[in-house]
Amino acid sequence: MKFLIRRVGFLLVALWVALTVNFFIPRLMPGNPAVAMMAKFHGHVNPAALHALEVAFGVNSHESLISAYVQYVGNTFRGNLGISTSYFPIPVSTVIMRALPWSLGLVGLSTVVAFIVGTAIGAVAAWRRGGLVDSVLPPTFVVISAFPYFWVGLLSIWLFALTLNWFPLLGGYSETATPAMTWSFVGDVLVHAILPAFTIIITSIGGWILTMRNNMITVVAEDYVKMARAKGLKPRRILWQYAGRNALLPNLTGFAMSLGFVISGAILVEYVFNYPGLGFMLLQAVQNEDYPLMQSLFLLITIAVLLAIFISDVATAILDPRTRSSR
Amino acid sequence: MIALRTLGRRLGSVGRFLRRDKKALVGAVILFILLVIAVVPQWFTPDNPSAEAYTPGVGLSWSHPLGTTSFGQDVFSQVMAGTRQSVFIALIVGLLSTVLSVVIGVSAAYFGGWIDDLLSMFTDVVLVIPTFPLIIVITAYLKSASFWLMVFVLVVTGWSYGARQLRVQALSLRNRDYLLAARARGESPLYVIFVELLPPMTSLIVANFLGAALYAVLAASGLQFVGLGNINSQSWGTMLYWAQNNEALATGLPLWALAPGIAIAVLGSALALLNYAFDEVANPALRPVSRRRARRAVRA
Repeated sequence: MKFLIRRVGFLLVALWVALTVNFFIPRLMPGNPAVAMMAKFHGHVNPAALHALEVAFGVNSHESLISAYVQYVGNTFRGNLGISTSYFPIPVSTVIMRALPWSLGLVGLSTVVAFIVGTAIGAVAAWRRGGLVDSVLPPTFVVISAFPYFWVGLLSIWLFALTLNWFPLLGGYSETATPAMTWSFVGDVLVHAILPAFTIIITSIGGWILTMRNNMITVVAEDYVKMARAKGLKPRRILWQYAGRNALLPNLTGFAMSLGFVISGAILVEYVFNYPGLGFMLLQAVQNEDYPLMQSLFLLITIAVLLAIFISDVATAILDPRTRSSR
Repeated sequence: MIALRTLGRRLGSVGRFLRRDKKALVGAVILFILLVIAVVPQWFTPDNPSAEAYTPGVGLSWSHPLGTTSFGQDVFSQVMAGTRQSVFIALIVGLLSTVLSVVIGVSAAYFGGWIDDLLSMFTDVVLVIPTFPLIIVITAYLKSASFWLMVFVLVVTGWSYGARQLRVQALSLRNRDYLLAARARGESPLYVIFVELLPPMTSLIVANFLGAALYAVLAASGLQFVGLGNINSQSWGTMLYWAQNNEALATGLPLWALAPGIAIAVLGSALALLNYAFDEVANPALRPVSRRRARRAVRA
């Protein structure tokens, strides 16, 4: 219980820091570029919406910093994130909601797949130290994980889409398809997701393999594993039910810690594939100088990562009695 | 003097290690070659890297080993000239963020109490906030990131993972007898930290340097690729930016986009291989002992 309270406390502190950083960035920048953006809004939006934007970017200087901060926090909690300049006059929250499912689907699923497959490979590699799997796969994927994500994306576009014509080039679905819950559309979406998902999986899997392998090596040397061997249990059973389960727990914490890194790569992968998710939208907002959209996307991505970390923390606490008692 | 001698001994064991471990050796050799190219790129550039003076869109040929861009620049010369920025960013960011990690991680562990609570909390918060979107937002306001601005942003966002790891190791060393003895002798905290605490942590510090350098290479090239670096600079990320904006892949000039990426991948792999090997120094349990022991047993 104490562990849970600590984690909730940490989540709140991290959320507060993210919110505050987001508030101060435009204010700390030389010659606040948001001023120019504000000029476009005059006469186009209602005064209340304009005021909310002024508060968020610190344009109207007669407002004190503290009252601007309080208003900004209040607006954010109510989901009032301002109006997008590039999708004018649609509110930022509506624009973001269009992109969110694409990112959750692509990045969420491929991260989970990479985690499961990587953990399994790492466990087997450590189980057969110096065997074929151990000498080939970990070093190979460690090298691949040092490749830039976006470049692996470019490479697979060139190879599989342009040269071999196996997969579609860009986007989340064909331009001719109409978004609907039909089998043909779902199939179209899946075909478009294969290359970007493949890119994310092969570039992020190395980290999971390596941490699982390292945990597993420590666990395999434990007495209870020797005991299980002495009892004559089947190796497969010892591997997954004795050693694997224990080695998995620190890996889950590692999962939380590396998530930010995966998201960074995924942003660029979405950009390369023109995939209609949050990362692609973030970079488009940068190019269009759409500051309200850009800042809200940063905030949303951060919140998503913090929540994922929190969930994996809670999962660790439920699965591992040691974390509950020792902290 | 003592500190220097201990450091010398540590470096000597690192040298022995490089000779023994093939992964580390490959990484070190690649890194050394890239370092030479970075220091004297003019020895390796047959043509002027920025001159738009050659036939545009040429494929592989003797005069242009990697072809030319659609502006008529020599791709090979551009890759060579771009080495400097990536290698320097890797080394400078690696060094500065390692210093920051050591200062924060080790002081948290050494001083303990509320200092530890505060520094650990700070480290964890910086660690979990996704850095790349943050860097994108900051550089978007500044329009484009110069070399030193990029170094600054990458150091500020890249030290936390190392600080966390170093804190854990320093904590486990903190109450060893030899450290308690040093403190009981009345040595100053600086002496204890630099002479007694840090030397056993060398391999983890080196591993962190490599990790931070790798992070810097990938993040910097990503920023340059999306056009948030200085788009007129000579770097691999900038090459990729121009290649992407001129649809190099679709217009039959794949080498323009693939060559700088391979260069980044080679530098990244060298760092990752060294890192993998130094993990094994830092954690003896990971060393591939079983095979060697097995071989020795067979010989005997």
